[in-house]
Amino acid sequence: MVLAAIILLSLVFPGIIVKVKSKTSGRKGPSVWQPVYDLVKLFRKEAVYSKTTSWIFAWAPVMYFASVIMAALMLPLGKHGAVISFQGDFIFFIYLLGLGKFFMIVAALDTGSAFEGMGASREALYSMLVEPAFFILLASLALLSGTTSFETFFHSLTFNSSIAIFIGVLATYLIFHVALLENSRMPYDDPKTHLELTMIHEVMVLDYCGFDLALIQWAGHLKFVLYSLLVTNLFIAPSFPTWLTLLVFVTITLLFAVAVGFVESFRARHKLRNNNKAIVILIPIAILIFFGSMLIMNKLF
Amino acid sequence: MELLLIICLSVLFFAMSRKKLPVYNLILTFLFLAVSSFYAIKTLFLSQPYACLIPFHFWGNDILLTMDKLSAFFVLVINITTLVSSIYSIQYMSMYHTKSRQELVLHYFSFFTLYWSMIVLTMLQNTIAFLVVWEIMSLSSFLLVMFEAEKSLTQKAGINYFIQMHFAALFLLLGIIILHYFTDSWSWSALQQYFANYSNVGLFLVFFAGFGFKAGFVPFHTWLPHAHPAAPSHVSALMSGVMIKLGIYGILRIVFALQNDLMLIGLLVLFVSLISGITGVGVAIVQHNLKRLLAYHSIENIGIIGIGIGVGIIGLAIQNQTLAMLGFAGGILHVLNHSLFKSLLFFSAGSVYHQTHTMNIDNMGGLIKRMPVTAFIFLIASLSICGLPPFNGFISEFLIYNGFVNGIIHADVIVKLVMLFALLGLAAIGGLAIFCFTKAFGIVFLGTERSSHMHHAHEMSWWSLAPQFISLALILLIGFVPSIVLNPVLRIVQQNVSTCSTVLLPNTDALQSISLAAGVFVLIVLAVWLIKKWAFTTKKVQSSVTWGCAYHGNAPRTQYTASSYAENYIHGMEHSLNVTTHFKPIATTEYFPEHRHYKTHQESTYEKHIFKPIAKIFERFFDKFAFIQSGQTQHYILYPFVLIIVLIILTLTNLI
Repeated sequence: MVLAAIILLSLVFPGIIVKVKSKTSGRKGPSVWQPVYDLVKLFRKEAVYSKTTSWIFAWAPVMYFASVIMAALMLPLGKHGAVISFQGDFIFFIYLLGLGKFFMIVAALDTGSAFEGMGASREALYSMLVEPAFFILLASLALLSGTTSFETFFHSLTFNSSIAIFIGVLATYLIFHVALLENSRMPYDDPKTHLELTMIHEVMVLDYCGFDLALIQWAGHLKFVLYSLLVTNLFIAPSFPTWLTLLVFVTITLLFAVAVGFVESFRARHKLRNNNKAIVILIPIAILIFFGSMLIMNKLF
Repeated sequence: MELLLIICLSVLFFAMSRKKLPVYNLILTFLFLAVSSFYAIKTLFLSQPYACLIPFHFWGNDILLTMDKLSAFFVLVINITTLVSSIYSIQYMSMYHTKSRQELVLHYFSFFTLYWSMIVLTMLQNTIAFLVVWEIMSLSSFLLVMFEAEKSLTQKAGINYFIQMHFAALFLLLGIIILHYFTDSWSWSALQQYFANYSNVGLFLVFFAGFGFKAGFVPFHTWLPHAHPAAPSHVSALMSGVMIKLGIYGILRIVFALQNDLMLIGLLVLFVSLISGITGVGVAIVQHNLKRLLAYHSIENIGIIGIGIGVGIIGLAIQNQTLAMLGFAGGILHVLNHSLFKSLLFFSAGSVYHQTHTMNIDNMGGLIKRMPVTAFIFLIASLSICGLPPFNGFISEFLIYNGFVNGIIHADVIVKLVMLFALLGLAAIGGLAIFCFTKAFGIVFLGTERSSHMHHAHEMSWWSLAPQFISLALILLIGFVPSIVLNPVLRIVQQNVSTCSTVLLPNTDALQSISLAAGVFVLIVLAVWLIKKWAFTTKKVQSSVTWGCAYHGNAPRTQYTASSYAENYIHGMEHSLNVTTHFKPIATTEYFPEHRHYKTHQESTYEKHIFKPIAKIFERFFDKFAFIQSGQTQHYILYPFVLIIVLIILTLTNLI
């Protein structure tokens, strides 16, 4: 059921971003369902493969999509546990997403195009820089809950002190930025600037079309919802009834989409050269969360 | 006893003809392997230790070969890699048809000597015998590195290796003498006694330096990036896959005997290992020589193993058995894992070299079409060296990560912070490894051919591919069913760390779930693939050229190279990496730009700032004695004459 919710929300997510962006710039904008129509259209298209490419190119979108679906199976929602859950599953989660990314990067190099090599190099660098921050965030959650599994991470989170609220806000901020980065959105990358030298993700998938492109785009949308699911879990308790849990989840996801839309409308893209620094700043934020968690556990003093 | 007999048979190498050499090597290796594996498996799984007395006497001590669980594990690791590389060597050595028979005989003799010396090392109790066999190991591997001695680079690498290994032996000798001085024993078991009575840090540091040279911990790692590219590939695989692990074996033996100062030693090992890991992978990224890149990754993986051991020692220090268990188990398991995927990577690199006669990544490309099986093997090995699930590298890193989190949850503030930064380090290592191997795999095998070297490449014969599938199968087996190897590893730790004897790993259930998760993931992949297949049944699939934004995008010369791939990274790290760029910028008045080259070159910081100055000091010191070597024969005759006179005088006056 959680999976169904994730898939459904992933379909409206990009539409909302586009709608918000249009409204803020004073346009009417396409329907919220337009990205869905696009996906359907892509799924039905024929395919063209470059003669340079090998089987890696054909398998990469499959691996990428499957890794995101598998990651979705590992996240809980309130009292609804994850399908697969074990001690230390967050390590599997992070490395699983890494596996999907590995295939996308080598697939970009498979085309032999200079553009795509450029995108691949950047994607590899940025995902490398963001990984430690995400790890520390999850380790802080482990510290707070005393366990090492997603399912139990969130059970002991109660926002009863000012530090806890502070941590919640920081964690949300961090996850938001990780999500923006992993999906190559605005301050880090501008998905709408085709043919500019500042692109990361879009330039990597330049040679994909039809079914494969649809898989890749959908996987990106799904990833957004995965991160919003993480944020949701910060703010709900397992005692919530199902309808309330779902309501919070949907609300947060929609807010998340709106936030992305606003950020994309009002924020300029980083200079590519400064991206590294901007990403590395996430690590001290994660460490701040860690210290906050230690304060809550009364371990610091 | 049987082992000794087989070693004696190796003399027959000198009587073999060219053609019979590799076959004889295989037969001997197989015999030795069968016997040692038999005992190792018995020891590891049935807990029947093997012991054999060698009829040598050393100052009143009999020399004993004993096998406990730790040595049995290392014996098995050595056996797997040696078997694979001796089969692989048959086709690979056919490349060297210009070599004389004597050179080949020496090569195979050293190969087998290296093999048996490694096996015997893991079983020796006597310290002096250990040192002797250690030297045999170093010397035989030196001969293996020097196989192409006519190349000046190989000579340099070989001599460098030779000298550094003797520094290592010097430290070991020092340690052994200290041990003997205080305990009056020539046995490793005296370590317990020594450590119980004296401070542990000093002697540990001496041994750590000695074994660290062999293992390749920073800053003792500078021989690795020179020796591995120089040696033939099956030798690199053996040296990087297992020989450097003998250093780890030694360190583990010392660590298991430690009694006090545990916290300090643990922090030290953890710190050195983190530095090794980050330096290794960080420098690997900017390499253009494929084998040198892999050599730097050995340093990284030794770092990961060391991180595991460090976490284990810290666990012992704070008496957290779970932490100790997770750390040691992760470190020991990574020994096996690294030997599997690293030897595979070296074999693939060797196959590429065999076919293209170049090791420069920037000249490669498009090999996946000419060598599909090698490319597949390299891909799987890359995925597992990056620690990605569902392959074996993930399992050991998973254990170590779990150790960190366990420390973060249960330990006190200082250890919590240490674990946090170690976690940060390991995560960074993981990310950098992905960066490096997407580059290595992508530039070598994918895209289009960047130079004419690639034109004649074709797949290696099944003789060299088939053995690699043994390692491949083990990689997948450990990745999907980790509990098979985990249980023996746990028993090793339990045998050697008395406080852990009753503790079971809390994550054994988790490892079963990993099997499940890996299975589910494969099913999802297959399902998506089938849907894609089904969707394509009714559609037309065309093939065309790469889309270069309205141009043809796949002109080989415009492709991304290893230099350009790493450019972003180098830009952020230029101070720590010591990279020199050879490029003349285009002047503003240069309307018709001349032909230009862009080249990056990296020099090891440690070599430049630590080893070269030390070598300079020695050089200056010994220069003062250069006058002795005058080149005149008369002088050289005079020296022993003077010596004899001096000795006579000293004897007559009863001074000696």
